[in-house]
This record gives sequence, structure tokens and C-alpha cells, in this order.
Amino acid sequence: MMSKPRIAILLLLAVAVIAPHFVYPVFLMKGLCFAIFASAFDLLLGYVGLLSFGHAMFFGFSAYVTSHMAKTWGFTPELAILGGVATAAGMGLLTGWLAIRRSGIYFAMVTLAFAQMMYFLAVQAPFTHGEDGIQGVPRGKLFGLIDLNDTLVLYYFVLLVFIGTILFLYRIVHSPFGQVLKAIRDNEPRAISLGYEVERYKLLAFVLSAGLVGLAGSLKSEVFQLASLADVHWHASGGVVLMALLGGVGTVFGPTVGAFLVVAIENYFAEAGAWVTIIQGAIFVVCVLLFRSGIVGVLAPWLKRHGLKA
Amino acid sequence: MITFFGIPLQALLGQLLLGLINGAFYAMLSLGLALIFGLLNIVNFAHGALYMMGAFCAWLMLNQLGLGYWAALAVAPVVVGLLGMIIERTMLCRLYKLDHLYGLLLTFGLALIIEGMFRQLYGISGMPYAVPKELQGGWNLGIMYLPIYRGWVVLASIVVCGGTWLVIEKTKLGSYLRAATENPTLVRAFGINVPLMVTLTFGFGVALAAFAGVMAAPIYSVNPLMGSNLIIVVFAVVVIGGMGSMAGAILTSFGLGLVEGLTKVFYPEAASTVIFVVMAVLLLIKPAGLFGKKA
Repeated sequence: MMSKPRIAILLLLAVAVIAPHFVYPVFLMKGLCFAIFASAFDLLLGYVGLLSFGHAMFFGFSAYVTSHMAKTWGFTPELAILGGVATAAGMGLLTGWLAIRRSGIYFAMVTLAFAQMMYFLAVQAPFTHGEDGIQGVPRGKLFGLIDLNDTLVLYYFVLLVFIGTILFLYRIVHSPFGQVLKAIRDNEPRAISLGYEVERYKLLAFVLSAGLVGLAGSLKSEVFQLASLADVHWHASGGVVLMALLGGVGTVFGPTVGAFLVVAIENYFAEAGAWVTIIQGAIFVVCVLLFRSGIVGVLAPWLKRHGLKA
Repeated sequence: MITFFGIPLQALLGQLLLGLINGAFYAMLSLGLALIFGLLNIVNFAHGALYMMGAFCAWLMLNQLGLGYWAALAVAPVVVGLLGMIIERTMLCRLYKLDHLYGLLLTFGLALIIEGMFRQLYGISGMPYAVPKELQGGWNLGIMYLPIYRGWVVLASIVVCGGTWLVIEKTKLGSYLRAATENPTLVRAFGINVPLMVTLTFGFGVALAAFAGVMAAPIYSVNPLMGSNLIIVVFAVVVIGGMGSMAGAILTSFGLGLVEGLTKVFYPEAASTVIFVVMAVLLLIKPAGLFGKKA
């Protein structure tokens, strides 16, 4: 007899496997990419208590690097993605090293400022092609064997990466390392007095978060065959905060739920121009005023009563 | 022609003037941010959007009501300030007991709403706003040409910021404000209406942003995105200066404006990023900011 959580997870998996036969696969892939983005972002906000307002720089630049490697240098997808992740992690190491010197709202402003700097760089640097972005990026063959031009194959690839990321994040959060992160979040002076080198833990969490966000950005550029300025813009940084907040900060599946909802809203109102921005702003306000634990945060106690853990 | 490191003096002074003007706007905005942060512990992300509303207020008054620049300079701050007070009373006041980050998130949401509404109504192409008659033209100073309006912006900003600083540092009202920033509970125990003071401070900080918006209307075109691009730079300015000291915020703003102007002369490509670079260097050597207490 299987436990209830296991059955629930198997059901979710089954839904994810057959979903592309019922829902537009590109929409699903966009949702999955942003789910990785939001989950990786939430590693910082939910488990270390650091609100970054600049995660778009990792998302956007990994997309640029992956696209450039795939299109101009002709690398296979897995290497191009690896390059994107490495770039994002490297950027995370540098900006994180500087940003963790401040905390709270200053941390948010510092990360936002760095992201804006990277945005200006992306506007000026020749390899990003400014306003045009890098278009028509070839999807290529994974390991030289599996053709990602087949949308369904690409979908299952993205799904696998998504599952891997969620498992990895789950592992991090429930490891001794994750426990220290939570201790820092809840009481930093105490963690310091217990002898933990808080700065190192924060920096490692920041780099992990940046690298995984880079994975999301690289995947997105594979899916849409495009890397553009929109992904580096501060709107993207704000969007990922919204996803985590709406779904539930510090929960395993919250950011995924939030990401799919926000992507769905964007798709639905895509024709309505600035209305997307207005609605996103309104959700922010409602979430902060009335709904601070997010959807999964609200549902979790109810699910728990029925023997499930979110 | 006089040159300076191979740069004609005239070009150098011209860019320094532009830098001073940017500094004037940074000063008015960062002062408002610092005031609000001191008392409310909230970083007002909507500050840029409210600055933009100030500019739109001036534009709408001119085009709908036929009221000119001077009227706008008086009315726009009041209108936007009142709106700010409504925001504080209805929304922000619920967040004071929570983590400061929620204030940032809420005002970010408000910024998106305001910016989105103006984009929906007016598009993103800028709308021109003429320099008022009295301030048109310029003076030839011999070494450079000074457009009167630009001189006026720098002067007005110095007067407004200096006046605010004087009120806070030298008057009784200001002493209440400083006391409430240090310890609101104690000040309340002395019978001073701190919640009212909080509301008025938020209103004043926001009014300062709207005032800057009206000042900016004739220089930059009036458009819905004018605030969000500026506010991020102002955040960097605030990180550099630290929000603990009003005078520090003002001085840092003008200083960074000049740094930006100089960069435009010697290495124009970096002009848009130089303030962020300064911020990065400062985080290395003095993480608490130039005038900040340890954060």
C-alpha cells in the first residue's frame, strides 16, 4: 500500500506526462521554465530570507550565452546550456559576494542596481544584438543524438530538467546545509554565535540560486529560440518575485503554482497591452495585504489534514 | 580655446551642468525616500511612479485646464501628496508590524499599477512640455551658455532640499520627527500624534517626488516610464549615501550627478553604468554607505 503523498506525486507526474497532448506544449514549457526560475529564486527568499530584485540578470544573461554558443559557435544544446548555467553562477558569485554585505531592503536595492547595470550592458554589448536580441537560435541535437526540434521531445526534456531541479532544491533545503540557511533566516546573530560562517552560507545559496536561474534562462532560450532584452529587464525580476509570492514563499511547489498562474495571465492578456502590468501590480498588492502565505501556503494546512504534505 | 585633459572647457562645463541637473533630481527623490524610510521603515518603490504622476499632472493641467507651469508646481505636489497619504492610510499602515520587505513589495505593486494605467491611457511615446516663458532663453557666461531653465532646476532643488534639511534639523517640528525616527513608542508616550506625523511625512516625501516630476517635465519628455528608469539609479544613490542622514543623501546625490557628468565627457559608454560601479566599489570598502550607520 502506497502512502498518500506518493500517490499524489505519481498523479501529478502522470498529468505532466500526458499534458502536452491536451494543452499547447510551448505554453507548458514556458510555465516549466518560469517554474524553475521561481523555485530557484525562492531558495533565497524562502530559505535564507534574502529578497533579490535582480534575478533577471542571471535569467537573461544565461539565455544570451546559451543562444550565442548554440548559434554562433555551433555548440550542442547540453554544452550551450552548461555554458549559460556557468555564466549565471559566475555572475552570482561576483554580485552575491558584493550584495551579501548588506541585508534586508538594502540587499534588494543592491541586487536591483546590479541587474540594471547588466541591463545597460546588454543594451550596449555587441553580442547581445541590442533591441533585436539573438533570434532564430537552433535547438540542435541533445548529445548529438536526440533531436530537440520535435516539440514533444523538447517538452519531455524540459520536464525532466524541471523534475531534476525540484528534487535538487528539495535535497538542498532538507540537508544540514538547508537547516543552517533556515537558521540564518530566522535568527542571524544566533547562527553567527553558534559559529557558522553566515556569509559563506549566504554566498553559496546565492550562487546555487543564480546557477539554477541560469538553467531556466538557458532552457527558455532553447524553447523560444530567442534571447532578448525583456528577460534582463527589471520587470522580469519583479515578475519572479510575484510568482513566488503568489504561489507561496518557502514551499516546495508554491513557486511552480505561481509561475504557471502568472504565465497563464500573461498569455491570456497578451493582446491587452499594459493591462498585464496593472493586473500583476494588483496581485502584488492583494498578496501583500491579505494573502502573505500564498496559494500553497494557504492550501498546505488543508492538505496536511488529508494526509498530504505540500 | 581652453582645454582640460584634451577636452574643451566648454564641453566639460556643459556636461558638468547636465550632471548637476541629474544630481538635482536625485537629491529631491533620495531626500524623500530617506525621509519616508526614516519614519516608516519602508523603501517606497512607487516613488518613481509618483514622480511620473507629478509630470503628468503638469501636462494634464496645461492641456485640459490651460493652467501653466507655476500653477502645476504648486498644485501637482499637493494632489500627489494627498494620494500618497491615502495610500499610507489605507494600505501601508497595515504593514508596519511586518518585515520591511513587505512594504517594498506593496509599493512595487503600486508602481506597476500606476505605470500600467498611464501606459494604457497615454502610450509610451513621450509628450513635450514647453519651458515656461519666464525661464526661456539662456545666459552667455563667457565660458559657457547656461539655459535659464536648467539653472533654475539646480537652484530650486538646492533651495527645496536645503529648506527641508533646515526644517528637520533646526525646528521643533523637525526635532519631533527625528525623535520619532529614533523611538516612535517613546515619542507617542509624550503625547505626540505619531501616526499623523507618519502620514504627513509620507505625504511630504511623495509631494517632493511630484515636485521633481513637474520640474522634469520641460527637460525630459513626459512619459509613463520616466520614473521607473530614474528610481533604480536613485536606489543606487541611496545605497551609496546611506539613508541615515538627510544631508548625506543630498550631498551624495549632487556628487554622483557630477561623477555621471564627468564620465559622459571622458568615457561616454559608461555614463549609464558608472553609478552602479561606484556602488559596487563602495560595497567593497565601506558596506554601510558613506553616511550610513551599520545596516
